[in-house]
Amino acid sequence: MIGPAASTESGSSASDGVAVSLRGVTKVYDSGVLALGPLDLQVGKGEFVSLLGPSGCGKSTALRLIAGLNTATAGTVGVSSRSRQMAGHSIGFVFQEPTLMPWANVRENVRLPLKLARTPEIDSEPRVQQALAHIGLSEFADAFPRELSGGMKMRVSLARALVTDPDILLMDEPFAALDEITRFRLNNDLLSLWRNLHKTIIFVTHSVFESVYLSQRIVVMTSRPGRLSAEIRIDAPQTRGEDFRTSAAYAQYCRQVSNALAPSYAGQRDS
Amino acid sequence: MPPPLSAEAAKNKTDGLRLVRILLPIVVLAVVVVLWDLVVRLNNIPPYVLPGPGAVMTTLVHDWPVLSQSLLTTLVTTLEGFLAAAIGGIALALLFNQSKWLEYSLFPYAVILQVTPVIAIAPLLLIYLPQQTAVIVCAWIVGFFPVLSNTTLGLNSIDRNLAGLFQLYGASRMQTLRYLKLPSALPFILGGLRIAGGLSLIGAVVAEIAAGSAGAGSGLAYRIAESGYRLNIPRMFAALLLLSVAGIVIYGLLALASHLMLRRWHESALGKEI
Repeated sequence: MIGPAASTESGSSASDGVAVSLRGVTKVYDSGVLALGPLDLQVGKGEFVSLLGPSGCGKSTALRLIAGLNTATAGTVGVSSRSRQMAGHSIGFVFQEPTLMPWANVRENVRLPLKLARTPEIDSEPRVQQALAHIGLSEFADAFPRELSGGMKMRVSLARALVTDPDILLMDEPFAALDEITRFRLNNDLLSLWRNLHKTIIFVTHSVFESVYLSQRIVVMTSRPGRLSAEIRIDAPQTRGEDFRTSAAYAQYCRQVSNALAPSYAGQRDS
Repeated sequence: MPPPLSAEAAKNKTDGLRLVRILLPIVVLAVVVVLWDLVVRLNNIPPYVLPGPGAVMTTLVHDWPVLSQSLLTTLVTTLEGFLAAAIGGIALALLFNQSKWLEYSLFPYAVILQVTPVIAIAPLLLIYLPQQTAVIVCAWIVGFFPVLSNTTLGLNSIDRNLAGLFQLYGASRMQTLRYLKLPSALPFILGGLRIAGGLSLIGAVVAEIAAGSAGAGSGLAYRIAESGYRLNIPRMFAALLLLSVAGIVIYGLLALASHLMLRRWHESALGKEI
């Protein structure tokens, strides 16, 4: 379970196909620091995978490579994209901060991806409303970001990522700055969105508990450079709630993941 | 322990504070005017040395036809210079933002234009340009730099994640400019414009004074210079008063415009209670 894995078989249900595949991906920063890799990772379509590791282990870098925000120094990043009927983008990205435009209200913030794709307003409006309905913010469409709480801002950010109806949702520690109650509620909402909308979700976090609660599979990474150190499959029903959070199986998984994560932190003690 | 203030008492208290903030400067003004008047009266100072406030007001009313005409001239010059500064400053900043080469080539000259005292440039401009144009160019030279540097700062202060988001969704250069860079630079641009408004007035006055010695012109600054030669001190004071009121009004209008544009979202325009 522990120990480096040079090459990984994802073992996901092969019939669904692969949504994202990284092969021997490395990222070297301009300063010469090897931030990531080599990393191999396959994520199946419709899968919920968490990347778990200490801060600065390159999990965000991996996510940005998949999104195409940065380019890999070596290796290949493959992202499957189905032919799209609607204008938009096949990847949705949720940052650690809500990253909303403070000068625009909730509706315009959510509309942004469609506006950039030059979707006429008459076509984008129902999709904006639908995205807002998905995350339960319909009555706040005219509010400005500063009028919302941290949790609500994060929901707007999520709605914006969903508005293009992407196949893949990339989330970079989206709930790290929220209080625990808000975080639990957003976790539950995210799980039900995932079940209903059938998205592939890659979720970056440094919280063991959050990753166990949400994922089908947890990919544990080492730090500097970020490599894959362990993979743990969470065999729990897709419908999870408070009873799963308090179950013995959940605690068992958390202990297992914590143990897998410990070596990643070992080298960090003195830094 | 004092009892906690009720909501109404607290409201009364803030209202009272606001009233004090408005009243205090007025009281100071009144005291200064009374002192000024007393000094002039008690020492029997003749008006051609120091006119009393009453004499200044009388002159203001009496000379209003001349002074209002001059005020209008100066205001039009200031407005033209300000518009040129606003358009020039913002356009130049946008160009610089699109092309680093252009920025590296031209920015030093913008700085040089800014640090060279306009009073020293004005006589030269008056030689080469028609007088009205020269005055506007002076107002522009003083006003455009704060707009340029503030806009440049604003265009460079974009949220990195938002920029990443625009990149992710394949935004074009124009879209990034229109939907991201300009809105996030807006508070900076408005700050620059507020400075430029006052500076345009200064530029106009400096150029008018420089031009005035050449004999032509009819702006307020020219009136001041002319009245000085004629020892018409009350009129100098009246013209000065008008200039300073014009400056206050320009600043107030720009601050108001800025507040109206930013009040829904920017920290600087939000009430303190939030």
